[in-house]
Amino acid sequence: MENMSAYPQEISGENIPMVKFAKVRKAYGDLVVLDDLDLDVAAGEMVSIIGPSGSGKTTVLRMLMTLERINSGCIYVDGKPLTHMPANGALVPASERHLRKRRIDIGMCFQHFNLFPHMTALENCMEGPVQVLGLSKAEARDRTEELLEMVGMIAKMDQHPSRLSGGQQQRVAIARALAMRPKVMLFDEVTSALDPEVIGEVTNVIRQLVSEHNLTMLMVTHQMGFARDISDRVCFFYDGKIEEQGPPAELFGNPKKERTQQFLSAVKEAV
Amino acid sequence: MFDWNWAFTWEILPRLIHATGNTLIAAGAGYAIALVLGLILALAQRSQYRALTFLVREFVEFIRSTPLLLQIFFVFYVGPQFGIRLSPWASGMIAIGLHYSCYLSEVYRGGIESVPRGQWEAATALNMTMLQTYRRVVIPQAIPSALAGMGNYLVGIFKDTPMLSVIGVAELIHTANAIGSENYRFLEPYTMVGLIFLAISLPAAGLIRVFESYVRRKLGM
Repeated sequence: MENMSAYPQEISGENIPMVKFAKVRKAYGDLVVLDDLDLDVAAGEMVSIIGPSGSGKTTVLRMLMTLERINSGCIYVDGKPLTHMPANGALVPASERHLRKRRIDIGMCFQHFNLFPHMTALENCMEGPVQVLGLSKAEARDRTEELLEMVGMIAKMDQHPSRLSGGQQQRVAIARALAMRPKVMLFDEVTSALDPEVIGEVTNVIRQLVSEHNLTMLMVTHQMGFARDISDRVCFFYDGKIEEQGPPAELFGNPKKERTQQFLSAVKEAV
Repeated sequence: MFDWNWAFTWEILPRLIHATGNTLIAAGAGYAIALVLGLILALAQRSQYRALTFLVREFVEFIRSTPLLLQIFFVFYVGPQFGIRLSPWASGMIAIGLHYSCYLSEVYRGGIESVPRGQWEAATALNMTMLQTYRRVVIPQAIPSALAGMGNYLVGIFKDTPMLSVIGVAELIHTANAIGSENYRFLEPYTMVGLIFLAISLPAAGLIRVFESYVRRKLGM
């Protein structure tokens, strides 16, 4: 097992990153998906992750959501370790209990929405607040209706997901994640499964989130224009590493690395 | 020669109807045991404890590969040698409940596995516990696809209750045998038993299908 003594048990001081990946490695057998990833995301920052498929972009989000275990390194959220926990003065792999305590800060939206099909839009959004946060039904309903209003789905709140379009389902899924009041929101290719004409209704909701809320956000996307518009920073992933990163104007306008240039021109041709 | 005695038929009917009640109780109680135990077995097979998973899987295979009749005999006749002395009714319920729980555990397992992985991940993203994930997300979605199989085994358990006659449970076949040997007439009791089984099994299968589509609608699927 890895010697964890090089990793602090808590990050303190001013300007601690909301999310910190410290030498995080993920491999499936011989296939290295992420190779000693170091990435800090500041509180309130919107970071977009772009790159060719198989470059490990989605894995970054899935590890942060604790859907995948990491092989080595450590992930911190709000200064405290997520993937590990302190025990007898050292960091050890997190127990299920520790994960439950720490991942409350993180919310995620998926490519295929993953709404619960046996619940209405409203019930989907109330489920977490009532069952997990222990809110009363009335409190949860107030909170949820406000969010459904924000994503423009209040009129359809009593519909089951099977009666909603992809764009509508994704907007409900965003409201569902926000209802847990996370500090960090993860968007995993949230427009990839949508018909082109409804992509706008989802990206507009995310735009609104960026401008009106101080959420920390990580977004994996194939929509370069959207990433360029709303991100504070864009990371280009290649082969399990961050090949290049920077403010969107710089990365899209004047990419330094050859692979970034190749990727961006290939994407441009496809559009 | 075909010689149907209507007077005799009417005379034995009350006894058969009483036995039908016993059959339904046996099937109902056995099924209730099987429903609960089957779910426990299904969840145990999905646990992260390898040893438990292995033991339960072998147990299920063992029960499914040996005849119900043998299991009934075992509980009733061999049980006492281990100090477990049970009435015919209790032995019968345990044997039949245990037997069908193994089949139902497979039905549940199929239902649970039909729930897409994204549903589990969404539950994790909402920080639900394992118990909440099963209770609120997975099992409600597993039930509609498991219902057809569950219904089949309800009819199956009902048709297997005659096996309990061998240890003296006064269900339909046992009663028909008794009537037959008391009166030296078997045509009427056996025919009536067949008709009673038919009269219950056929509508039951139909009702199960109606119930299945009701549940699907109720769950918005």
